[in-house]
Amino acid sequence: MTATNLLQIDKLSKSFAENQVLKSIDLSVAAGEVVSVIGPSGSGKTTLLRCVNFLEVYDGGSIQIDGREVGYVDTSSRKRRGEVDLAGMRAETGMVFQSFNLFPHLTAEQNVMLGLRRVRKKPLKEAREIAQHWLSRVGLSHKADALPSELSGGQQQRVGIARAVAMDPKILLLDEITSALDPELVNEVLDVVRQLAVDGMTMLMVTHEIAFARDASHRIVFMADGLVSAQGKPDDLMAEVATNERLRNFLSRFSATAH
Amino acid sequence: MAGSMGYQLSFNQIWTNFDKLAEGLLLSLGLAFISILIGAIIGLVLAIWYVSAGRVARTFISGYVEFIRNVPLLLLVYLVFYGLPTVVNISYSAPVSFVVTLSLYAGAYLVEVFRSGLDAVPKGLLDAGKAMGLTPWQRLLYVRLPTMTRITLPALSNTFISLFKDTSIASVIAVPELTYGAQWINNKTFRIVEVYAVTTVLYVVTGYAILFGLRLLERRFRVER
Ligand SMILES: Nc1ncnc2c1ncn2[C@@H]1O[C@H](COP(=O)(O)OP(=O)(O)O)[C@@H](O)[C@H]1O
Ligand SMILES: [Mg+2]
Repeated sequence: MTATNLLQIDKLSKSFAENQVLKSIDLSVAAGEVVSVIGPSGSGKTTLLRCVNFLEVYDGGSIQIDGREVGYVDTSSRKRRGEVDLAGMRAETGMVFQSFNLFPHLTAEQNVMLGLRRVRKKPLKEAREIAQHWLSRVGLSHKADALPSELSGGQQQRVGIARAVAMDPKILLLDEITSALDPELVNEVLDVVRQLAVDGMTMLMVTHEIAFARDASHRIVFMADGLVSAQGKPDDLMAEVATNERLRNFLSRFSATAH
Repeated sequence: MAGSMGYQLSFNQIWTNFDKLAEGLLLSLGLAFISILIGAIIGLVLAIWYVSAGRVARTFISGYVEFIRNVPLLLLVYLVFYGLPTVVNISYSAPVSFVVTLSLYAGAYLVEVFRSGLDAVPKGLLDAGKAMGLTPWQRLLYVRLPTMTRITLPALSNTFISLFKDTSIASVIAVPELTYGAQWINNKTFRIVEVYAVTTVLYVVTGYAILFGLRLLERRFRVER
């Protein structure tokens, strides 16, 4: 086990009632690494991400961020962390959602500021400066005072990204962040992610944009049936198509539906 | 203008006693306003308690709601004004007694309104609050309550209009609100048609004005879901 991995997942398992969604996932992400997760729908990708910040309680195995066990007091005992402790751990990971999930009663700037003020306890002036910095990074300075309902899907998602990275998380989790967008809005969001990757942000992202995953990530993980079926550098993974039938089926089905 | 029994409509005595109606209208609005404030506090506290509590508390809260909803308001007014002071050793004026009654009544309806409002807050918003590291209380304060308020605003407006009309029941314990003012004028002048016609217009116009104002407020705070 490497101490240098920022995120270390070992033998992770998770069931919903009778349905075992994650069987035994081993996955690591080093600091500064960008890892994409691909796989058929229903294979447990969202569940995996949600376990990493304990939005889902996992059953077995271990998840560590920077050497600290997520959700539980330590690796051996299954004693849950208290709510405040949990909140503190979650603040170390940022999450961007498929459906944006911006707070509808807050402006773009207030959405970004909420965590800075209430979790990071930043003074108003500093929180606003940080929010303005990140809104400008995602190209939305001019929309700082707009409510989510006044923004396009692409703009909302860019606010969602700004809200997550403004907290200066150790790792950013992105769950199919463009799949709810009209095709013409996808690129403005992917460009922001590309820029974050260049800046060295550690990211674990679920995506169905295979081309994007290939050129933006250091490593691609293919999940099927609650297991990591294959993983490697983008080109190496694509080469595995020859030997991995599931991957071959997935990618061919994919290129059949893509245009 | 002659009625079928030779009844001559005459509004003169209504206008000379109009202060009774004006003061009554103000009191009605005041009673409704105080009651919805207290009722909203009762409703909110119980709704938050309900969604976070166990079986015992839930049974207690449901009991309160079911009791109030199944007893006619008129009877509640009598119970609180005549019944309660004889059982427990307290005394209060008729207006205070009525505010207590109407607040308890509003509270029972608003528990349900707020409870379904809390449930209607999209789960994704709560996840977003969790993911950024908000504690449970912070999520309630900064995410759930503001979103719930916007969701429940239409129901709150309707409840307020209902309460405003329900204040007329306070006339049975001689609280000098609008209906009582109308009765007083009627007893003095026997202008039954005129006084109740004017009173009806006052209720309708005021109710409509309140509704109009609240709808503006709702539009300002509408939640996109
Ligand atoms: N909250 C839940 N309760 C019950 N079943 C769930 C829940 N969330 C996900 N599942 C099930 O887990 C499986 C994996 O879902 P998910 O992680 O969303 O897959 P993916 O993101 O790869 O499409 C699916 O069969 C789904 O129905
Ligand atoms: Mg998913």
